[in-house]
Amino acid sequence: MSTVSISTPAVTAPNSHGRRLFRKRLPAAMALLPTALVVLVVYIGCMVWTVRLSFTSSTLLPKLDWVGMTQYTRLFANDRFVTSAENIVIFGILFIAGCLILGFLLAVFIDQNVRAEGIFRTVFLYPYAMSFVVTGVAWQWFLNPGLGLQKVVRDLGFESFTFDWIVSQDMAIYTIVIAGLWHGSGLTMAILLAGLRGVDEDLWKAAKVDGIPTWRVYTSIVLPLLRPMVVTATVLLATGVVKLYDLVVAMTMGGPGIATEVPAKFVMDHLFERNNIALGTAAATIMLICVVSILAPWVYARYVRPQGRHA
Amino acid sequence: MNTAEPQGRRPRRLTAGRMGVYALLISAALFFLLPLWIMIVTSLKPMEEIRLGNILALPVAFTLEAWTKAWSSACTGLECNGISVGFWNSVRILIPSVVLSIAFGAVNGYALSFWRVKGANVLFGILLLGAFIPYQVFLYPLVRIFSMTGIYNSLPCIVIVHVIFGLPTMTLLFRNYYAGLPLELFKAARIDGGGFWTIFLRVMLPMSIPMLVVATILQVTGIWNDFIFGLTFAGRENLPMTVQLNNIVHSTQGERAYNVDMAATMLAALVPLVVYFVSGRWFVRGIAAGAVKG
Repeated sequence: MSTVSISTPAVTAPNSHGRRLFRKRLPAAMALLPTALVVLVVYIGCMVWTVRLSFTSSTLLPKLDWVGMTQYTRLFANDRFVTSAENIVIFGILFIAGCLILGFLLAVFIDQNVRAEGIFRTVFLYPYAMSFVVTGVAWQWFLNPGLGLQKVVRDLGFESFTFDWIVSQDMAIYTIVIAGLWHGSGLTMAILLAGLRGVDEDLWKAAKVDGIPTWRVYTSIVLPLLRPMVVTATVLLATGVVKLYDLVVAMTMGGPGIATEVPAKFVMDHLFERNNIALGTAAATIMLICVVSILAPWVYARYVRPQGRHA
Repeated sequence: MNTAEPQGRRPRRLTAGRMGVYALLISAALFFLLPLWIMIVTSLKPMEEIRLGNILALPVAFTLEAWTKAWSSACTGLECNGISVGFWNSVRILIPSVVLSIAFGAVNGYALSFWRVKGANVLFGILLLGAFIPYQVFLYPLVRIFSMTGIYNSLPCIVIVHVIFGLPTMTLLFRNYYAGLPLELFKAARIDGGGFWTIFLRVMLPMSIPMLVVATILQVTGIWNDFIFGLTFAGRENLPMTVQLNNIVHSTQGERAYNVDMAATMLAALVPLVVYFVSGRWFVRGIAAGAVKG
């Protein structure tokens, strides 16, 4: 966090002489105090505490000894954690790519002056309003091979049709991806559609005059223009990936076996059920390192540097 | 339809291309609606019908039994009082959490955009980074802190947690909104002798109605749908609806009552769905305001 340095151009207000100004700003500082405390105690304090605990031998209760990298060595030798890490990479890539592709296609199709546009938009986005627990429980039911979609297709006469991914060691993680896509691609659609609506009409006219096919305009001209929206959507989706927990718990409980374990669940299980605080916090620290190294440059460039209202 | 379309980049004639557009949109819509359809019809069937297998079919013997059972007598572990317990718990968690987190967000946003407090930008930067950090990093120490203060596993505890983790989004939302208001407005109020709170309550707050609506939509759906905080901090007595739903579905002994599961699922989804359908475009605006603008 110490890397976030702030350059302060022109933030000092006119006629700012020390004490008088301080008294005027005191209420504002007081109003920010609770948040400052939360940032200090929770966002920084708890984080440091978690990282510190990962270097201890704590099990059921926290200890403050020092065992160096022992927990991390154990962590990377732990099948459950390695599977979790692999799963989150598979889920992350497929989920983000899937949401972006599906969301972009839906946005482009909705953008064709279609009738009942509002209905389509509503239908594509409503899953996002529902919780991951609801999504997981619902999908678990349709994908149930005994009574769900597999049975429906078999009853139609396709006796050998098999769709039992949710109970298959190798395929279960992909059912989580499908449920995730159902839940999240509408959001990407909404963000990209807002971007498409902001594209200059003249650009379309010019492209038409030049006789460029519509799909070419979308892929070569519009898509690059949508870059900020794509970045925003990706960041949103990526934070969702890291937080992936409820969906897995509700849908597969990490199973079959450990086939759909994810890091967030690994941490939760070790902290609150398996009484292995040190290993749990070590896994949490790894999650933290991954997220910070991806996001710090983005947050810095986007929010901290162009600071203040006159940026 | 010969008049030129005002935004028309494409003709409205029903060509093969347009049929394709509609075909794709409609099949996508079916994919998105299918789960909802299955949930609804399953919840309205008796178990005998579900055992026969056709999950897509309309119920033959239509019954609301599963809904009443899900609401008042389904088992969440050892107790069998239905998901209604979770519903009221969620309501009790929701109301103070939404009000407090929005209040803090609004005051923070106002202080950050109009008052140049020393270190405020560092504070804001860390807060924003905090929004992206996985909750697992904070959970264990937070549990210890709450245990030490003696409020762990209580209603105040879960409310405080929701307020803490709502701070980044709410602050960002209101900071961006206030940053868009003309600075002259604030300067005029200052010249008239308004202090920090006077200006906030009499000038800024009345102008914040749209953002208050957006923030409410965002927080109501977010807090209602929360699972991990409710599980960790609420305690046995205050488990929210999402946790209860998960317990109902995963703790059933013997044959699972899929109709009851689906009725409970629908009940748990009801509040955010109503918020979504009633708020319409505001919902999208809420997500966009919390994420897109910076």
